[in-house]
Amino acid sequence: MSGSPHVGVTFSSASRGLSEQTLKKIDAAIARYPQKQSALLPALWLAQQEQGFCSLEAQTQIAEKLGVSQSFVAGVVSFYTMFHTQPVGRHVIDVCTTVSCWLRGADELVRHLEGRLGIGVGETTKDGKYTLRTVECLGSCGTAPMCQLDDDYHENLTFDRIDKVIDGLD
Amino acid sequence: MAALTEKILTKNIGFADQPDIEAAIGRGAYSRLKKALAMDPNAIVEEVKKAGLRGRGGAGFPTGLKWTFMPKETPKPKYLVVNADESEPGTFKDRMLMERDPHLCLEGMIISAFAMRASLIFIYIRGEFVLGHTTLGRAIEQARAKGFIGSNVLGSGFDIDIILHRGAGAYICGEETALMESLEGKRGYPRLKPPFPANFGVYGNPTTINNVETLACVSYIVERGAEWFAGIGREKNTGPKLYCLSGHVARPGVYETETGIPFKTLFEEHGGGLLDKKRRLKAVIPGGSSAPVLTPAECEDLMMDFDSLAARGSMLGSAGVMFMDDSVCMVRALERVLKFYAHESCGQCSPCRVGSDWIYRIVKRIEAGGGLPGDLETLVSLSDGMIGKTICVFADAAALPAKSFVAKFRDEFTDHISLKACPMAPTPART
Ligand SMILES: Cc1cc2nc3c(=O)[nH]c(=O)nc-3n(C[C@H](O)[C@H](O)[C@H](O)COP(=O)(O)O)c2cc1C
Ligand code: SF4
Ligand code: FES
Repeated sequence: MSGSPHVGVTFSSASRGLSEQTLKKIDAAIARYPQKQSALLPALWLAQQEQGFCSLEAQTQIAEKLGVSQSFVAGVVSFYTMFHTQPVGRHVIDVCTTVSCWLRGADELVRHLEGRLGIGVGETTKDGKYTLRTVECLGSCGTAPMCQLDDDYHENLTFDRIDKVIDGLD
Repeated sequence: MAALTEKILTKNIGFADQPDIEAAIGRGAYSRLKKALAMDPNAIVEEVKKAGLRGRGGAGFPTGLKWTFMPKETPKPKYLVVNADESEPGTFKDRMLMERDPHLCLEGMIISAFAMRASLIFIYIRGEFVLGHTTLGRAIEQARAKGFIGSNVLGSGFDIDIILHRGAGAYICGEETALMESLEGKRGYPRLKPPFPANFGVYGNPTTINNVETLACVSYIVERGAEWFAGIGREKNTGPKLYCLSGHVARPGVYETETGIPFKTLFEEHGGGLLDKKRRLKAVIPGGSSAPVLTPAECEDLMMDFDSLAARGSMLGSAGVMFMDDSVCMVRALERVLKFYAHESCGQCSPCRVGSDWIYRIVKRIEAGGGLPGDLETLVSLSDGMIGKTICVFADAAALPAKSFVAKFRDEFTDHISLKACPMAPTPART
């Protein structure tokens, strides 16, 4: 994998509004809470599940449903590290570089992944397959170094082990 | 006061069948709930008080006492919030409990809600814990189907519901009032206190917030009684406790022992000593990265409980014990610690927003060889400017460790400044 890294992976520039199905799920989330604004994080999760990130259109739709302003939603989105505001790679690799992982070689792991994927931290490969990020402690310090790859934790990593995991991805 | 002779909280974490409720029931789950529902709720609060249970989330506040702050007569709904945000660097015990014994966690929550007459439980789980979220979610469905959650639980007349709420990546949401803001669909900004959550919590309603491990203990206090619990550990530091060992230790992991186990036993017998036996222990962070660092000399006769660690100028915190051997440059280690706080400050208070970033940048510059005379004085005075001056104690959690590193490893800092370089080789990776 080589070439200059870029972030703007090609997605259709057509409307990024949420599907009927996701909007229904958001309604169901709202119904679960005593006050509807509590459904904001769940709604953003549902949006990100569908789109891979929280598009402005989705944020606007959610704002309307919850009766808050679009800028309020944007403020919330930007507060939390797990919400993406732009398309990211099909697979997101989050390497923990906090103290315990650092003591067990997290920085070397990051360097290895940068070399292997041909991108720097915070970047996405040209084919849109991988995004590499570093994150703070993931609550897995006893099995350091580790990373979160999409939903899953991969612990006690060696270069070899993470390579195998990456090779196995579609 | 006695050592722990059997596993309690971790007794059932080895089964591959989680969250199968039938299997969990076969191992005793929900038998404590049945017992509790036949008790007077006040009597449960009294038991928890007598047991001496102290909060496992970080502050070590007496749990029973906290519960009594909930107003008895109120027309408002009462809530129990479970803090499952576990984000303190070095801590990974709650995750283990939720993934590997979710029904124990749920049972403790339901009993505790009953004791406080709460009608709704919110579990706030950090966004990254996808497996824990799925496991707990399934466990909740099963418990609902069995009638352990819902209206009229097991015919007792007690109604309880549970909402599992997923965070989205923000350390500060572990702070109790930030968590409540986040739960209300806002940025996770800590609230000024007072008012305290017991009077003004989620949606302004009476709320008690407890850590996952704290609530898991409650099941066993109900099952075996306050006296049994109080008999484990040390005075005012009772019960079983989960310690998380990480860093340069031979056998990192979660260990369940009595509260207040001697440091030496924890490190040598459980942790197996240092990973690299040719190295020497250089520093220990005993309670998550917010706890001031200790030297090996300070750990010599140390007991790992709330009061002993406080007496030594540090804290048990979340019991995330991090070990560093003598290959570690302490300036670089502090840089790494402070990077976290610089990144995680919520930014509401200027001493914290500016200070946590500023002290990080000073240490980073010293490590890179750009240290200036006077830097350490600036570092200390900036830290002092952060302590006790902000909405929440996050600022203290950044400043106190910074001060402790400089005070205890001052030579390393001054060497960096006078040499204009780091005198140590990069910390070798030992995986
Ligand atoms: C910055 C900050 C982060 C915190 N993070 C957590 C956390 O991740 N988990 C937790 O249980 N408590 C955390 N706490 C402590 C909580 O505010 C609260 O005291 C605790 O959840 C109460 O539960 P306990 O009494 O059972 O310990 C944090 C506190 C602060 C100031
Ligand atoms: S002390 Fe820091 S983290 Fe806490 S409220 Fe103030 S700015 Fe936010
Ligand atoms: S320090 Fe990496 S998971 Fe905690």
